[in-house]
Amino acid sequence: MRYRLRLTIRHDFRRPIGAGRQLLRICPRDIPGLQQVLRCHVAADPEPLEEAWFRDFFGNEVIELVLPAGLSSLRFDMTAQILRHSTSSSLDLSAPLPRLGEELAEITDLGPDSPHHFLAASPHIPAVPEITAFAARSSRDAGTACAAVEQLGHALHRIMRFDPEATEVDTPIATAFAGRHGVCQDFSQIMIAALRSLGIPAAYVSGFLRTLPPPGRPRLEGADAMHAWVRAWTGIEAGWVEFDPTNACFVSADHVTIGYGRDYSDTAPVTGMMRLVGSQTGTHSVDLVEEAG
Amino acid sequence: MTGDGAAQMTGAGAGLDGYRPLPGVPDELLDVAGRVRPIWTSLAGHLGSLSPSELAGHLARADRYLRDSGVFYRQYGGVQPSDRPWPFSHVPVLLDQQDWSAISAALVQRADLLEAVMADLYGPNRLVASGRLPPALVAGNPGWLRPMVGIRPRSGHHLHFLAFELGRGPDGKWWVLADRTQAPSGAGYALENRVATARAFSGLFAQENVHRLAGFFRDFRDALLAGRQDRDSRVAILTPGPLNETYFEHAYIARYLGFTLVQGEDLNVSEGRLMVRTVAGMRPVEVLWRRLDGGYADPLELDATSRIGTPGMVAALRAGSLTMVNALGSGVLEARAMMAFLPKLAPHLLGAPLAMPNIATWWCGDATARSAVLAAPERMILGDALDTGMPMDQRSDAIRAATMSTAELARRLQPQGAGLVAQEAVTLSTTPTLVAGRLMPRPMTLRVFLARTATGWTVMPGGFARIGATPDPAAIAMQMGGSAADVWVVSPDPVPAVSMVTAYGAAQRRPSPSALPARAADNLFWLGRYVERSEGIVRLLRAYHTRLAEAGAASAPLLAAMTPLFDRNGVKPGQGVPQALLDSLEAAISSAGQVRDRFSPDAWSALDDVNRSARRMALRVAPGDDSARALSALLRKLAGISGLVHENMYRFVGWRFLSIGRLHERAMGISTALAVLADPDAPEGSLDLAIELGDSVLTHRRRYNATASRDSVIDLLALDPLNPRALRHQIDGLRDQIDMLPAANEHGALSPLAREVLRLHAELATADPAQMTTEQLWSVQMRIGELSDLLTTAYFI
Repeated sequence: MRYRLRLTIRHDFRRPIGAGRQLLRICPRDIPGLQQVLRCHVAADPEPLEEAWFRDFFGNEVIELVLPAGLSSLRFDMTAQILRHSTSSSLDLSAPLPRLGEELAEITDLGPDSPHHFLAASPHIPAVPEITAFAARSSRDAGTACAAVEQLGHALHRIMRFDPEATEVDTPIATAFAGRHGVCQDFSQIMIAALRSLGIPAAYVSGFLRTLPPPGRPRLEGADAMHAWVRAWTGIEAGWVEFDPTNACFVSADHVTIGYGRDYSDTAPVTGMMRLVGSQTGTHSVDLVEEAG
Repeated sequence: MTGDGAAQMTGAGAGLDGYRPLPGVPDELLDVAGRVRPIWTSLAGHLGSLSPSELAGHLARADRYLRDSGVFYRQYGGVQPSDRPWPFSHVPVLLDQQDWSAISAALVQRADLLEAVMADLYGPNRLVASGRLPPALVAGNPGWLRPMVGIRPRSGHHLHFLAFELGRGPDGKWWVLADRTQAPSGAGYALENRVATARAFSGLFAQENVHRLAGFFRDFRDALLAGRQDRDSRVAILTPGPLNETYFEHAYIARYLGFTLVQGEDLNVSEGRLMVRTVAGMRPVEVLWRRLDGGYADPLELDATSRIGTPGMVAALRAGSLTMVNALGSGVLEARAMMAFLPKLAPHLLGAPLAMPNIATWWCGDATARSAVLAAPERMILGDALDTGMPMDQRSDAIRAATMSTAELARRLQPQGAGLVAQEAVTLSTTPTLVAGRLMPRPMTLRVFLARTATGWTVMPGGFARIGATPDPAAIAMQMGGSAADVWVVSPDPVPAVSMVTAYGAAQRRPSPSALPARAADNLFWLGRYVERSEGIVRLLRAYHTRLAEAGAASAPLLAAMTPLFDRNGVKPGQGVPQALLDSLEAAISSAGQVRDRFSPDAWSALDDVNRSARRMALRVAPGDDSARALSALLRKLAGISGLVHENMYRFVGWRFLSIGRLHERAMGISTALAVLADPDAPEGSLDLAIELGDSVLTHRRRYNATASRDSVIDLLALDPLNPRALRHQIDGLRDQIDMLPAANEHGALSPLAREVLRLHAELATADPAQMTTEQLWSVQMRIGELSDLLTTAYFI
């Protein structure tokens, strides 16, 4: 599948803000065998004083900007062309759940893709007893790690209501879970907490959904904004699988990945001083369109 | 404890009568047969030879030193953290040279091992890949900072300053109890302990061959200076700020080594370089000795919740323009579970076993380790694998394995094993300490410091001993009532005298004056203002209460005329010591607290003393004569501060800002007083009051030999350049100081601040007393007020 992607992020400040250093994680990354970035361009308005690109620990593309002082508004435009392949996941080759720990112990690698990074609690995903209990309940019948991912994801989708007004970017997962509502970020981080409580390494994925569904399929929730889903490690043979709890489906060619992290904090699209100043409004819009040919 | 030791002295001498080591526990002073060990003979004899009152006198000397230097320790746990006197144990711990050489060599080896492990964890990660370290121990460790992986330290080394916590076991051998690799504290306190101990036992210290500490600091200072590539860049010490429990030490070390003390907000990263915001603009910092946990250093790439970091710090490290002491991420080595693996890593990485063992540690993620724990639970303390505390520290996570049944223990170990370590319950040796004037054995641990120099690791010959409050080793932490003692490494031969002066040339260049961080300049300016403001308020109040006491109701119109003067500082004169004065003193203390590295200890204790006195007086002084006398006493103390500051502070940029603050505040005070009291409509007695407020009663009498007239008052208090209280004198001072500030006069172009102060000067220099109207005085007063804004714009933001 070949996509044309457009992202616009706009911030307006009621009071001018000082010079700020920002990190942007908005560009899709290359993923061998799954996703190829043909072209990616980012423009900032106003023009930054400094700009540097680097890859973070997890291999995500990061743009570091230093912006001039006295801004009253700020705008980023990203355009990209991406080739995304669909993955076939008809066969469950994942480890039996009780054996997953042993398989994990055989991995002695700490590279960016190592499952070891994604088992311990992380800044936005502490252990939450209610989520642990929920995970145990809803994966009772799961024989394999992959089945546990699927059952958990569906169970979560059943009890949670998608509600863009209910939570903020820093709402604790325990609060979102108690309210049984939230957006893709909440769905994903709760599911990650649940998977980790079962001993399944789970990562946070940020990215985009195609704006218009293929003919004959319903429009997916979250397609008009940046999206997030879950990546779970299911054993040496099956490796990573991706599940979108907001839409209760395994991830396919309708998803385009920006990056991976332990939770939202590792993949936040904009990190920097803007978050520290109150009284601002922000909007963003996404357009992910399939290209012919 | 400071202050208490001397007071509680009872009974006869502090000899060895009655000193009995605890059964089965080795003692530093007495050997197993109960004989005094040779190196302790002189000290034991000295203590035994002193009468109780002599001993009390000796100890009081040390206590006085610590109190006068303002050494304090911030205690947590109450409703609010509070500053406590330094918990000082007067009797030093003595170690002989031979023992010390072995300790030093072993710790240098351990430091090399830790460097090698760190280089691997932030580099190729072969230790995990080859199965020598469990991946969970690294990946789940909050001290392992992923953004630092792959960033090679510019200096070639990750670790530059380390501390090790040691204890002596039952067999007399030393053990490492904890590795301190993050940002170890205590080296500055060790210095203060040394000075205090040397005061208490001055004669003895002089004749014993005790290794000196200064050489260690000198070598480390020179190594840090040599870490710069650009000679004009700076070495700075990064502190979390005055609320940190060891801030005193940060300020002390910065002052001792001559480095700039900065906080995260003083720093900025620009084009890949770390810069400090100084009064002369942005200046590069190439070496940063951090005294905060690595995660807090950069809210952008590390802990996003940090309010004490600098966005872009990691970017500067990535760009290779900064040496961080220690490299960010060094905290990963402190996790106790690492000690289960270091003994096996030593032969692998260094080709030799550890010369000094660490405390026996089992990581329970490993089946063999679990069996070992189950086999001997009575010896084990269980705790979090990634915690950094010592096993004897009373932490909520520590459990004695023996308190659980075997089945319970096995259940606990099986699923949660990877998160747990077992460590052997330790017995610590005891050392003599004075308890109510008698020597008693108390458990102790030793903190030893290592610093990297051009020629390798150097070990501080001495250190910091922590002494338990009770015979229970668990009560050794200072937060638990433990205390700290000096450590003397005693040589059989005379030791060389050392000083801080560098042996070789290049490194000793003084940092240029513009190293003053803008925040420090701001605080010094306000310190000057608040001290002067306090003095001004006291003068006003004294004049008020004297008149109230002498003339009562007759003075009512004059007292009412003073209202605008009081209002300016929010003072309600009805109270004996008004709240506004206490606030002003508190603000002075707070500003001084921000710049303790630049502020002499004597001036600090004088300021503290004034503040305390004012608070005491506030509780019991009645308005009128009583008040007037109390205020006179306060005024003398305040004058003392000015003296200490102005006589003793080096004439650097910092001193200028302090002086500018004082001159500015005084100019505000005197111009307001003249505008109000020299007004033609001011009530009877106003002119005399103005002269009194200007502390110029005698001068006026001598110069004019007449009763005060408006002209004589304006002449003496506004225009006379020779009267140190006159407005003109303040403006001249401001002009002189401002001229010397950075960028005040660049290629003949005056800064707006310099221009404005010059205008004011010219106006006063050419004024005629008879022509000086009240309106003009108010206008001058307002323009002086605006100087503060110009100064702020130019230097503080």
